[in-house]
Amino acid sequence: MYDLRCDSVTKRFGSFTAVNNVSFDIPSGSFFSILGPSGCGKTTLMRMIAGFENPDQGDILIKGRSVLKDAPNKRNVKMVFQHLALFPMMTVGENIAYGLRCRGDAKSEIGGKVNAVLDRVGLPGVEDKQISQLSGGQKQRIAIARCMVLEPDVLLLDEPLGALDLKLREHMKIELKQLQHQFETTFLYITHDQSEALVMSDNVAVMNAGRFEQIGPPKDLYENPVSGFVAGFVGDSNRWGGRVDRMSDGTAHVALDGGDSVLATPGAGGLGDNREVEVFVRPEAISVGRGAEGCTLSGTVDSLLFNGANSRILVRTGTGKLIEVADQAGVSGVNEGDAIDIHWQGHRALCFGKGAA
Amino acid sequence: MAQANKSPFLTFVYRSYVTIFFLYLVAPLLAAGVFAFNDSLFPALPWQGFTLDWFFNDTEPKLGMFHDERLLRGLKNSVYIGVIVSALAVMAGTCNAFLFERKQFPFKNALYVLMVVPLVIPGVILGISLLVFASMIANGIDAATGVNVKWLRPGIPLIVLGQFSFLTTITSLVIAARLQKFDIALEEAALNLGASRSRVLTTVTLPFLFPALFSAFVVSFLVSFENFNTTLMLVGSDAPLTITMYDRVVKVGSTPVLNAVSVFLMIASGSLALLSVLIQRKKD
Amino acid sequence: MRSDAGKLSLILLMAPFALWILLLIVLPQLGIGYVSLREKVGPGQFTFGFGNYMDFLGEPIYWNTLLRTAWMSILVTILALLVGFPVAYYIAKIARQRSRAALFLLCLIPLWVSDLVRAFGWIVLLRETGLVSGALQWAGLISGPVELLYNDVTVVIGLVYTVVLFMIVPLVSTLDGMDDALLEAGYNLGGSRFTVFRRIIVPYAMPGIVAGCIITFMLTAGSYLTPILLGGKNSSWFTEQIYNQFITRYNWEAGATFGVLLLGFTSLVIWLGLKLTGQSLATTVAKD
Repeated sequence: MYDLRCDSVTKRFGSFTAVNNVSFDIPSGSFFSILGPSGCGKTTLMRMIAGFENPDQGDILIKGRSVLKDAPNKRNVKMVFQHLALFPMMTVGENIAYGLRCRGDAKSEIGGKVNAVLDRVGLPGVEDKQISQLSGGQKQRIAIARCMVLEPDVLLLDEPLGALDLKLREHMKIELKQLQHQFETTFLYITHDQSEALVMSDNVAVMNAGRFEQIGPPKDLYENPVSGFVAGFVGDSNRWGGRVDRMSDGTAHVALDGGDSVLATPGAGGLGDNREVEVFVRPEAISVGRGAEGCTLSGTVDSLLFNGANSRILVRTGTGKLIEVADQAGVSGVNEGDAIDIHWQGHRALCFGKGAA
Repeated sequence: MAQANKSPFLTFVYRSYVTIFFLYLVAPLLAAGVFAFNDSLFPALPWQGFTLDWFFNDTEPKLGMFHDERLLRGLKNSVYIGVIVSALAVMAGTCNAFLFERKQFPFKNALYVLMVVPLVIPGVILGISLLVFASMIANGIDAATGVNVKWLRPGIPLIVLGQFSFLTTITSLVIAARLQKFDIALEEAALNLGASRSRVLTTVTLPFLFPALFSAFVVSFLVSFENFNTTLMLVGSDAPLTITMYDRVVKVGSTPVLNAVSVFLMIASGSLALLSVLIQRKKD
Repeated sequence: MRSDAGKLSLILLMAPFALWILLLIVLPQLGIGYVSLREKVGPGQFTFGFGNYMDFLGEPIYWNTLLRTAWMSILVTILALLVGFPVAYYIAKIARQRSRAALFLLCLIPLWVSDLVRAFGWIVLLRETGLVSGALQWAGLISGPVELLYNDVTVVIGLVYTVVLFMIVPLVSTLDGMDDALLEAGYNLGGSRFTVFRRIIVPYAMPGIVAGCIITFMLTAGSYLTPILLGGKNSSWFTEQIYNQFITRYNWEAGATFGVLLLGFTSLVIWLGLKLTGQSLATTVAKD
């Protein structure tokens, strides 16, 4: 059973196509993210689901029923806005009761429901506070509570963590995931931050220029990207342009621009007869030292970037390329200026045709 | 702060200038105020002792303002006109604010200029033009049907229309400035939570605008209350307070009862203005 | 369906605006234009032409009054700018945060007191038996009472007093937006006080200066109470002529002619001011 289904949805503004033939469905109770750079059309897509825009083509179904004819205030999808849009002239309790009042719930029930939802988001007893008295994280939870009290079919979240500082953002990621488990409601989350999408989601759709490039579980996107855009956008990668010299056993021999030659596996869909490619190698796929198989390059250590478990060695090859190599907690013991060999296994380097989607 | 190499002498000169300026500002107000409390038949020196007779005494020749029938009637008319015209101007101003902040339509910029124009038309001209126009219509109706439309002749309805014509510009600008700061996502959030359009307006948008609506009302009321130029041309038998006072100054000459009225006006309008500032502060 | 609702709400919002502008502003202005072109030739009989304007030009008292009103208004505007600018600068840039708000409020208080009360205050101060005359006698500077009312200097002082606040308010709001770093950069780059003032402060404050001047000029040229109460019955102010023609002589044709002339004249000066400074009405006046 799908809670939300979009069928070939297209939206144009004048001659600009913001959302281009997008289809997807979200299974009940799952956490689904749409990940893409700003301007890729993800906000427009979400506004169409909420009813603030009308698609030019295609259909949007909630619990199997088309909602295109429903006004925004008649759809049972609730939305957490980018800047939360909590009503500053009302108390926390009034904010949460707002939707219940609009729905015409009995006065006697409203108080109980407000208290219950505040308990569930872990903020009991704040209903008489003003919005301005809350911290950033608390506001976040109130914005979610305000929607969840209405028991929506789908909860839309429009980059709600964007305005928070880094520490709080990391914390809220985990908390959002827990809230989603607790409410067992379908969450549709849009963001430009790949780590938010990867950490929280059951499924992620990567969106670029109005289209979905790939939909899948985070691990799948990370390990088996179907396009250069996905490989570059999801997670860190070394990225080099080059030309395919020849193919052998499904492995491409690529001459990189500016020298060096590497082995790479063509990504899903193959290369066709495309010779111009981009090669992607994740820093953690590269290790220090020579390897028996795969690819080995030599260079010197340009600089060491210490960042705890995310530490990196920057290696400059003989032809002047800078390569990021993972160096967990800086244990490799190399120094700046040292001569060094690095290698990776052939299947950990992926190549995609340049310019192709 | 933003001064290059402060010279104490220049700073002193500057400070003195500003002080003198503020003395210039308050001097006539003080002069008008002080003599309301002088126990004399003329608002002039010498000082004859403190009295409140010019406010509360009920017998001639020192008839206090609160027993002066004509002044009281003028005050009543002024309040009556002020409340009606301010309410109308706030309503029209709210519509204009929404029109210019939310809607797109042809010739928007030109129409916006037209909205601002009443502020730069001299009040006397607004008065005579409305007088002429209303009379033309009234004469036309009279000639065609023999009915004399009373409210198109000088009197309170025409004063209300005359003041409304420029107060609406002020209220529109005040309310539009606040509406511009409104985050449209709040309305979308309310819609998303299931509110109808009219409910969104009454529970989210209007409460947000309230401080601006209130201060637009107060400003309109005060400007209407003290308006002279436009009103002078449109006044009929029911004169508001400023016109009554002016008649008194011209015909009777100055008497301390006018000082008393001045004090009353200063206190009343001062506290109204202060109230509006406080409300504005609290809400922000 | 939704765009129909949008159209309907546009019409509903447009209606009060259109009624207001059309019935209370545009048509009445056309109305006085029409009446000014009308000449009474008999009871209820009119011809049309520029006769009223010819009468105006043929009578020196009339056009002298207009010219006098014009140059006094310009003088008052310039004086208000000269007097008000240092005060606005002090409030916006030099006063400390707390006294700044207080000073600004102090500036606004006379704004809320009727013109009449203000003029009345000046009368109490300046007339023969007034405070200033009394004080001068007490100090022995003059031997008998002196009448300080009913002369042009007093009228100008009174007018500047009436309008200077409308100059200060827009000036303070523009100067307030100026970053102090601009001035510091100006001095830092070697500018003298004068060059910093001329090249940085004045250009920055220009929208405020223009807005202030427009409102000040319009209020002065259209003022009635101050020139008449402080200048006496023979102050020859143009609005007084309009009033006399309309109310005293009941000569609406001449009164309307004068009205059109005053409106034309103030519009011309405002238009020139906007053109010369490259500002637009919507951005300057609508700013406060």
